[in-house]
Amino acid sequence: MTVSIKQYFKSFTLFELLQGLSVTGRHFLKKKITIQYPEEKTPLSPRFRGLHAQRRYPDGEERCIACKLCEAVCPALAITIESEQRDDGTRRTTRYDIDLFKCIYCGFCQEACPVDAIVETDIFEYHFEERGEQIMTKDKLLAIGDLHEKRISANLAADEPYR
Amino acid sequence: MDWLRSMLTFMPDWMATVTVILVEIVLILLPLLLTVAYYTYAERKVIGYMQARISPNRVGWFGLLQPIADTVKLLTKEVIIPSSANRFLLLLAPVITIGPALAAWAVIPFSATAVLSNINAGLLYIIALTSLGVYGVIIAGWASNSKYAMMGAMRVAAQVVAYELAMGFALVGVLMAAGSLNLGEIVMAQHGGVHHWFVFPLIGLFLVYFISGVAETNRSPFDVAEGESEIVAGFHVEYSGMGFAVFFLAEYANMILISALTTIFFFGGWLSPLEGILPDAVFKAPVIGSLLGGGIHWFVFKTLFFMFLFLWFRATFPRYRYDQIMRLGWKVLIPVTLVWLFGEGVAVALGWKPWL
Repeated sequence: MTVSIKQYFKSFTLFELLQGLSVTGRHFLKKKITIQYPEEKTPLSPRFRGLHAQRRYPDGEERCIACKLCEAVCPALAITIESEQRDDGTRRTTRYDIDLFKCIYCGFCQEACPVDAIVETDIFEYHFEERGEQIMTKDKLLAIGDLHEKRISANLAADEPYR
Repeated sequence: MDWLRSMLTFMPDWMATVTVILVEIVLILLPLLLTVAYYTYAERKVIGYMQARISPNRVGWFGLLQPIADTVKLLTKEVIIPSSANRFLLLLAPVITIGPALAAWAVIPFSATAVLSNINAGLLYIIALTSLGVYGVIIAGWASNSKYAMMGAMRVAAQVVAYELAMGFALVGVLMAAGSLNLGEIVMAQHGGVHHWFVFPLIGLFLVYFISGVAETNRSPFDVAEGESEIVAGFHVEYSGMGFAVFFLAEYANMILISALTTIFFFGGWLSPLEGILPDAVFKAPVIGSLLGGGIHWFVFKTLFFMFLFLWFRATFPRYRYDQIMRLGWKVLIPVTLVWLFGEGVAVALGWKPWL
């Protein structure tokens, strides 16, 4: 229990306290690194997994062929698909729901899709105001896809070399 | 205030005196309360900057209206009185806390002439009033009928008593050096330039005084009284709205008071540090002379520096454990002051006065 002279000297000259003060003092003058969110934004990766969208072919035909691979791979069971044969003999979905409250944004549906129909866009600023709005129906997904097709294809192209 | 006095000749003598005193009180309290409001803003700014953040900048230019927004919010909030609390004492406690915090300003000499009440026992008055504030805290803790408030109040009581002693002893050193209890005379005893300030011969007492001052106002790192992680907010858990705001006000007014007192006792109050260093002719020059010479601006400037230190401490030091606070108060600060006082006493007895 002997305290050395050196320790006494150190504590009575407040050496360590002054050291601490100098650290905060230095930071006081440093450049601030805060990103002021609505006005400033951090860059996003083209791989960013945000809101979902369904894509169409350039001729306007929807890509999804109701293979249900996404429904099968979805770890959160967020996807519900019902399908039927259309008049022209192709198989299409009659119902394609993603429950965004269940979705964990893992991106497996996008990986599983053989026709690049379901994708996750880099949109992350969205909200729901009423219960039930979190169910993304086929119409909503297609509308998002139509609206942001340029962005989606650009992101997919940017990520392509690394796949 | 003589000009105001001469304007009031139509009044009876006693009425004129009361009017002048009231005007002087308003002249002291209004800037003080404004400073408190913007001290909270400065606190958030300084701590934010030290954490490499920007801190409030949305309300008004650079967030300058933030304290006003906070005040409006607190004013319009409901005052909640717990059903099992003692209603009378619960409402009385904030008043008891803020009263001494504001009353102590009566004897503070802002400059050679600007002092509300130039009493000879100024230092005793200050010590008495700063100790009174703790009553409000204890009553608040007891009247809330909440265990957290009670624990916070008990912590404050023990802590303030412990540090009051070290603080008092440190001021005895100042008293011995200045040879007066009058705050104005204490400042004048440090006359003659920066090297005459008491902080140099009494550096140990200065450190003890300022550390005790931080502990006395329950500021970080001695803020166990409101240790969020253990007892929520301490003695004012049960307060909302204006009751809480008044406690807040008292705490910040006390911080400013401690800063002002440190300035007066150890840093020459309103005196200019350049006195006796620059030739006398400089101080007689029209504008520069009054700026460089002594005056209220030096007092404000020095006080602001110590107010900044409070914030700097809060941004830097982690909170003390309760038994460590007690150890520091009783086993370190008080012995240090005693030894220092003994040395100073010997110096006074031998007629060797390093502070003159």
